[in-house]
This record gives sequence, structure tokens and C-alpha cells, in this order.
Amino acid sequence: MWAYIFRRLVYNVPVYLGIILFVMAALRVNDPIWTYLGKHATQEQYDQFAKASGLDKPFLRQYFDFLSDVVRLDFTVESWDQPGIQVGKMIRAAIVPSLALTIPALGITSFLAICVGLISAYFRGRWMDQLLVFIAVLGMSVSFLVYIILGQYFGAFWLKQHLGMDLFAISGYPSGGLTMATWAYYCLLPILISVIVALGYDTRYYRAVMVEESNRDYITTARAKGASGPKILFVHMLKNAMIPIITRIMITLPFLITGSILLEMYFNIPGMGRRLILAINAKDFPVIQAFTAIFAALFIVTNILTDVLYAIFDPRVRLQ
Amino acid sequence: MQKPQEGLILEVRNLTTSFKTDDGIVTAIDDVSFDVYAGETLGIVGESGCGKTVTSKSIMRLLPAHLSFLGAKSQILFGGLDLARISESKMRKIRGNRIAMIFQEPMTALNPVFTVGWQLDEALKYHTDLGRKARRKRSMEMLRLVEIPNAEQRVNEYPHQLSGGMRQRVMIAIALCCEPDILIADEPTTALDVTIQAQILRLMEGLKEKLSTAILLITHDLGVVAQVCDRVMVMYAGRVIESASVREIFHDPRHPYTKALLGSIPKSGGRSEDRRLPTIEGVVPNLRNLPAGCRFEKRCSLSDKEVCQREEPPLVTIDGRRSVRCHYPIQPHQPEEA
Repeated sequence: MWAYIFRRLVYNVPVYLGIILFVMAALRVNDPIWTYLGKHATQEQYDQFAKASGLDKPFLRQYFDFLSDVVRLDFTVESWDQPGIQVGKMIRAAIVPSLALTIPALGITSFLAICVGLISAYFRGRWMDQLLVFIAVLGMSVSFLVYIILGQYFGAFWLKQHLGMDLFAISGYPSGGLTMATWAYYCLLPILISVIVALGYDTRYYRAVMVEESNRDYITTARAKGASGPKILFVHMLKNAMIPIITRIMITLPFLITGSILLEMYFNIPGMGRRLILAINAKDFPVIQAFTAIFAALFIVTNILTDVLYAIFDPRVRLQ
Repeated sequence: MQKPQEGLILEVRNLTTSFKTDDGIVTAIDDVSFDVYAGETLGIVGESGCGKTVTSKSIMRLLPAHLSFLGAKSQILFGGLDLARISESKMRKIRGNRIAMIFQEPMTALNPVFTVGWQLDEALKYHTDLGRKARRKRSMEMLRLVEIPNAEQRVNEYPHQLSGGMRQRVMIAIALCCEPDILIADEPTTALDVTIQAQILRLMEGLKEKLSTAILLITHDLGVVAQVCDRVMVMYAGRVIESASVREIFHDPRHPYTKALLGSIPKSGGRSEDRRLPTIEGVVPNLRNLPAGCRFEKRCSLSDKEVCQREEPPLVTIDGRRSVRCHYPIQPHQPEEA
């Protein structure tokens, strides 16, 4: 197992080098300094900025410098947009707000969607299933933005204004430390919205997975043995469905850290997604470059982790 | 258990199973009645789609409840209960315990993500009060009983680590671990190669003797029937068309369909060297659109095209112990070389 993980990591080194090379080249197609300084800047300003940021060096030199930063996890380079603030510090500050939203959202969504998927598959073709599928399709047919606006209006404003219930903030994030109470006040509404949005898609996916499993021969065998409905559902089917479930959850795992751009923007939560959008808008070159490098690494690591999890849950999968 | 008649353990009466389909209601088996006696092997024979599997799944109540239903007169009398009418929770206590079942595809019938031992243990857990250790001991006993070599090692393996024959042995071990009165075997050897087939059949026969379990063997393979069955019931398009002892079926078939079936078994040896294998012309009638008369009429060489087309023959008991459903049953004759 450890040998497998090590080998996979080694195989992915060239992949990662390639990604970084591509990203760095792509970011330099339009000269990042001109983009940042604007067309009214003088050549003198330009040269000065290039020298300070190291962008005057040959590309290969820049490439290896950046790689060495990444390998040493040295993100001490400063943001262009907010001089004096290191990119690493920015990232560290943005990770917690992102995770405070995405982890509960993924947990709740996956749990609910798997349960509803199981129930739906169990009652396949009957009114219960049809009702659940109808709700799921309805839920996914409405735009994310509608949920956000309705959520902010009714969940935060209307409740407070008309019922005097100050349950959720319209937007914002606790400036001090994150406690249970402040987390609930600021984060619960966006979490709820992202659960509602994702639930429809996930339910339909898990239902399809479960329906496929419920047609398998081993289900008949289990019933012929005298297994009860819940035993078949939660023991026989669920364990067999672990591979597609893991795949689905692991695919979303990198997004836990990248955060939800829409939610973070609308709810003014200073997470990774919002940070990245702000950096892009401000043409904040070092931040964009560092974020891309981190996201690429995240995707590679989750891919390896997914394969390891397959082997843990399915005895037929062998890591060679 | 109260036995109304000596050795009679299962009485199926007027079993009619219908399915709700998009094109309306389709009756897959129609008025099927038969008995199973303790310790015997009853074969149910017929070509694909004649209702063999539906019969067995109806008895086990394994058909999807919202898509199928039994006729009002259907009775499945077993151990003083009518399985057609008892609750699902009572039925669960019978499945795998008093009536067990094995299936055609040993490759897929076992759950791929649980060990052989776990799957054996599961059946024991549902139907016995044995503790963990006692169940383990019983599992090992069963694996040895079905002649699995290295049972100590195999018990911790997963189905994909076993061959097809081994998996069917495991299925048999699971089915028999609670010593059921009846083992329903739905084409148990069809997916196996011939040598393994013979081994599995021999094993089933041996276990039947040892555990005095009756076997309901569903098959389309008359060779298998000849080898292991005591009595045979031939089905055609959802109807029982002939039922007799295995000897009578092979040496003295009364229904033209039975005779035609026997005629289409490939034989080794000189008699058929240049001839093609005889087949039965035509196909089984569509269950959605059954003829008014005999269901075999269109394919029958002896049909007179009049009575046969007009009315369906009743199932008639002859000699007090065998029955046939035909207007013009083949006349009895002395077995050629008895």
C-alpha cells in the first residue's frame, strides 16, 4: 500500500511539473506587468516593477525559482495588490472560512443524498420514488443565484423583519475567532443553500447507483436468505455502492479548499474562492500563480487518495 | 410439523402469477398445482419463458411486490401455512431457513464485497440463536460438507477469489446451513462447465440424502433431470402440461411436447450421424396473446386443428399418479428396452 502510494506520487511528479510549466507560460501570454500597471504606465515604471518582481529573469529561471518555492512550501512572495502581505498568509487566512462552509455542506449533502437515493431506489417506480425524483429535478432546475437571493431575502431579512427572528446574517463573516454561535449565524444560511442546490444532482446520481445495485443477483440471494429490507439496503447495497459514492465525494474534495466562489462572493465570506476572484480582478499575478499551483497539487493528491480508498472498500481492487 | 399426508411437505394449488406491464396484465404462470414430498427431487422442465423461474420465485415470494400478484385461488401450503397469504416478516423466517434457494449464476449470486464466511454467517444469524463462535464452527462444517478444500482459508476469501464451481458450492453451503426442508435450485448447473456440473449434481444428491432435503430442480437440461430427479413436471407457456415420474417421462411420454423435447436431446453414437438435431418448429406463444385452444397447438405434429384450436385441454390424471394436458395424448406402449 505505502509502496503503491509512493510510486503513484513519483509518477505524478512529471505531471505536476508539466502543469506548472503550462500555467506559468499561460499566465505570461499577456504580459502580467502591463496588465497590472495599465497602459498609461511608463517604460521606466515597467522595468522597475519587472526587476522587483523577478519577471525580468529568463523564463526557465523563473520556472525553477517558482518550483523551488512550491517544493519548500515557501509562499513568502508578496501580493501585488496588497503590498506587504505575503501570499502564504493570505491563503492561510482564507482556508478556514472556506472549510467552515464546504465541509458541513459536503457532509450534509452527501449524507442526505445517499439516504434519499437509497429510499428512492428501494421504492423504485412507486409514488414515493416519483415524488422524490420530482423534487430533485425541481431543485436542480432552479438557478443557484435564485436560491441565494431568496435565501438572503427570506432567511435573513424577512425572518428578522417580520418575525423578529435574527437567525442568519445576510452576509459577512465573524471578524474575531470562529465560535459555534458565530459560525451558525454567518455560515449556516450559505451552507443550507449549497445543500439545497447540490441535493438534487447528488440524489439523482446516488439513486441511479442504487437502482443499478438493486438489480444485481446478489440482492435476490440476500432476500432468499431471509434478509430484511433495511439489511439489504444498508448492508448489501451500500457496501457495493461504495465505489461510485467514493468517486463522487472525492471529486468534490479539492473544491472544499477552493471554496464556493458564488457563495463566498454573495455572502462576503473571505474564503479561497473569493480571494481568487478578487486576485483575478486586481490582476494580482503572484496570488493567481500560487493558487493554481496549490489547486493542481490538491487534485493530484485526491486522485491518489481515491484509488487507495477504492482498495479499502472493494476487495476486488488491488493496488499494484 | 403437522403433515396431512405422508411425507407431503409442499402443496402448490392453482398458483397463478401475473405481472403488471406497460401493455397490461400478463399472466406468466396459470393454475399450476403440484406437490413436493420430503426427500424427493422434483424437476421442473421447459424451455425459456415457460414459467419455471416464476414458479420458484412465487413460492419464495421473491417477485417484486408492486409489479406482480398471485391469483385469488393460489395457495402455497407449507408447514401449516399458506405462503401466498402470510406476512412478509413471517415469510422472511421461512426464506433461507425452511425453504432455501440457489441460482443459475454463481458468479454474480454472491455478494462481491463480503467474505464467504460473512455470507454464510449472515444466514445463520437470521435463522438461528447460535453465538458467534458456534456460527463460525457451523460455517466451517458446511464448507467441508460441500467439499471445499482449504475451508479454513476459503472462509476468509471473497467470491472473486473462487472458481465458478467453488462459488456454487458456497451457495449450496449457504442454502443448506439451516437444514431447509426444501432446496429450490434454479438452473444450478447451467453456467458451469460439464465436469463441474456433474460434480455439483453429485454433491446435491449426496447432501439431499444426508440432510433429507427435498429438491425442486428447475432446469431445461433433460440430461440433468435424468441424472437426479425422481419426478418431473413439464411446463409450457405458463401451464403444467405433463407430470410423471422420471422413468415415465423418459420412456413413456404422453404429451407431444414432452416427446418432442426428448427428441431434441443430442445423442452420442451412431444413430444420428448424418441427421441434423431435431428441433421443435416455431416458438413459445406470446403470453400477452395466448391462443384460445391448446397453447402447444401451433407447434404440435399431432394436432387435429379443430378441438385443439377451439378449447384448451384440461390437465387429466391418468393411472392415478401422473397427469397430462392433451386432447390426444400419445398412447401408452411398452418401454422398448426396459
